[in-house]
Amino acid sequence: MSGTALDPRTAPTFPMAALTAMGDTQLRKNVRHATDVIQAKRARVVNEMPDWQALRESGKQIRQHTMEHLDYYLEEFEKNCTAAGGVVHWARDAAEARQIIVTLVKGLGATEVIKIKSMTTEEIQLNTALEAAGVHAYETDLAELIIQLGHDQPSHIVVPALHKNRQQIREIFKREMNLPELGESPQDLADAARTFLREKFLRVKTGVSGANFLIAETGGVCVVESEGNGRMCLTLPETLITVAGIDKVVPRFADLEVLLQLLPRSATGERMNPYNSVWTGVDVNGDGPKAFHVILMDNARTEILGDLEGRQTLNCIRCGACQNACPVYRQTGGHAYGSVYAGPIGAILTPQLQQMHHSQSLPYASSLCGACYEVCPVKINIPEVLIHLRNKVVKQNGMLNPEALAMRMMGIIFKSEGKFRAAQRLGRMAEAPLVRKDGRGQGWIGWLPGLLGGWTQVRDLQSMPEETFRDWWEKRESSKKQGVPRG
Amino acid sequence: MASGMIGSAREVVLGRIRAAKGPAASAEVVQAGWDGVRRDYQRSARHSQAEVIELLIDRLHDYDAQVMEVARGEVASAVTKMMTARGVRRLVVPAGLSAELLVEGFEFVVDEGLSAAELNTVDGVVTECTVAIAETGTIVLQNVPGQGRRAVSLVPDYHLCIVNVANVVETVPEAMDKLAPTACFATTFISGPSATADIEMTRIKGVHGPRFLDVILVG
Ligand code: SF4
Repeated sequence: MSGTALDPRTAPTFPMAALTAMGDTQLRKNVRHATDVIQAKRARVVNEMPDWQALRESGKQIRQHTMEHLDYYLEEFEKNCTAAGGVVHWARDAAEARQIIVTLVKGLGATEVIKIKSMTTEEIQLNTALEAAGVHAYETDLAELIIQLGHDQPSHIVVPALHKNRQQIREIFKREMNLPELGESPQDLADAARTFLREKFLRVKTGVSGANFLIAETGGVCVVESEGNGRMCLTLPETLITVAGIDKVVPRFADLEVLLQLLPRSATGERMNPYNSVWTGVDVNGDGPKAFHVILMDNARTEILGDLEGRQTLNCIRCGACQNACPVYRQTGGHAYGSVYAGPIGAILTPQLQQMHHSQSLPYASSLCGACYEVCPVKINIPEVLIHLRNKVVKQNGMLNPEALAMRMMGIIFKSEGKFRAAQRLGRMAEAPLVRKDGRGQGWIGWLPGLLGGWTQVRDLQSMPEETFRDWWEKRESSKKQGVPRG
Repeated sequence: MASGMIGSAREVVLGRIRAAKGPAASAEVVQAGWDGVRRDYQRSARHSQAEVIELLIDRLHDYDAQVMEVARGEVASAVTKMMTARGVRRLVVPAGLSAELLVEGFEFVVDEGLSAAELNTVDGVVTECTVAIAETGTIVLQNVPGQGRRAVSLVPDYHLCIVNVANVVETVPEAMDKLAPTACFATTFISGPSATADIEMTRIKGVHGPRFLDVILVG
């Protein structure tokens, strides 16, 4: 398929990669525009939910509970999926998952597969493995198609091609689909993709997907999408192969009532995304594929499970909200993270998936402003995990280097809530002399003293928000109690 | 046997999980943990049925769906009106679709395992639904008589869905309650026509699923 896959083991360090990204003004403009739009949409549909905070809390507790009994729920899923005619495979790591899929596909005699966008297949670089085995994988999600035809790499979990604008997309489609007359309106481009892919949907007999949720209680699988390409891949082929991280399991069908409210509002700012599909094994009434395989993959997730402070990383439902909210991501875009998981979630997930052997600079790819935590639908405390991972990095690299000492201080501050708040306020005061406001009143820091200087050599930091979420929330709560109308 | 390799991966992964978080718990302990999850969110309707219907219509309009509200006896003429306005002539219908929906003047093809290529030749599809969710403007279809296989409501370019107002709920949790008994059936939640925002975050209707969705509410 496309150019070299994003691989954390070979990627340049974040500061180096960010330097390149920061020089690409078109990229920065595209990323800024896209994240602004999604954030505004998200805010609108989140604010209309009076029970949003209750949903977040339930979401967090459901995920936490699942991780505490991950073995139980995976075995339950396996039992129920098998009873419904599905075939369940287990994979210790990416290589084993790839090998299972390639063997299945080759066993069918297939030379082509259609794919619905899946972070897990990106994580294991499945397309490269299929290609090496003589199997062509057609990406069918519009953004993934843009990336595949453009020999590019995804830069966002939910909107993988958000770094490309319509002119760039038109150039790719004109060239790769042989459409010299193609217009540049988004509708023209979507129509071109529809025509290009329809023939593949009707012809290709093997589908490959990821999963949003595996339902232990029923053995069902849920996939959430927008375009209908997912439904095509899940429904029309004769054989469907789904690969999912072991973290994707949820206890019961009823738990979807929480997750299906949190995910679309957080991900695309929609009340519900256009399509959610739920299927259970092989349908007895001939609805969908005649054969269904699901691969339950570990690939270092159990390492994360064993780290009490890092464990909450597994609660992630891949909504991408933390990326849109992150001042660092908004500056650099996704590629600088050297992994398919970019932004704040990537900064904590990628190094842990690499068991801290690679991507050691990623836990520093954050200003710890807390915006990611505030938007996370399952309340993952990303700043807390970042600090924890920084500690791991310094421990691994030696206790006595100055970075280690500074990081230990930060650790002490973050452990105590009072100290943390004091430090946040202090941080805002201390940075005041360094902040210059841009045209829109947003503060920027172009230079930071001492150790942190490595950061600002390559980028401007957005200043800390005037008011932290905690401060704002408490003020709001107390003013509510006093009967002041909500602002 | 083939299971040698696979079986061992299974044991290794489960073993790693237990090493990471502690030994396997009993069903009772797991159940108690699940029961202990806080659920303070809205589980039931806050509004009257009339307001809920209004909300659903509003949400569907938001997705650019056309909506008609009709009394029980007027369904057939509403179907005729909708399909005439859309200029469709030949439609696929799932087996078991209510006979009154098969109106004069159109050609209906009953799905008896049509191929995807055959589905690709019709102008549209008419279905009923199991439940509709007002808060999100969602209709939910399952593989049951009158709703049919998932491919049937996917490949044609036009989808007309007949919704009985008795099946309209306000919230997502109410819908999940209604779906629970048939949770194992192939199920599709549909919220507006197929769409994407992949190009500069502009919502574009109709990438691969039906580009046009209409709803008739029957009360
Ligand atoms: S960490 Fe939270 S906000 Fe970020 S992608 Fe995961 S669920 Fe979404």
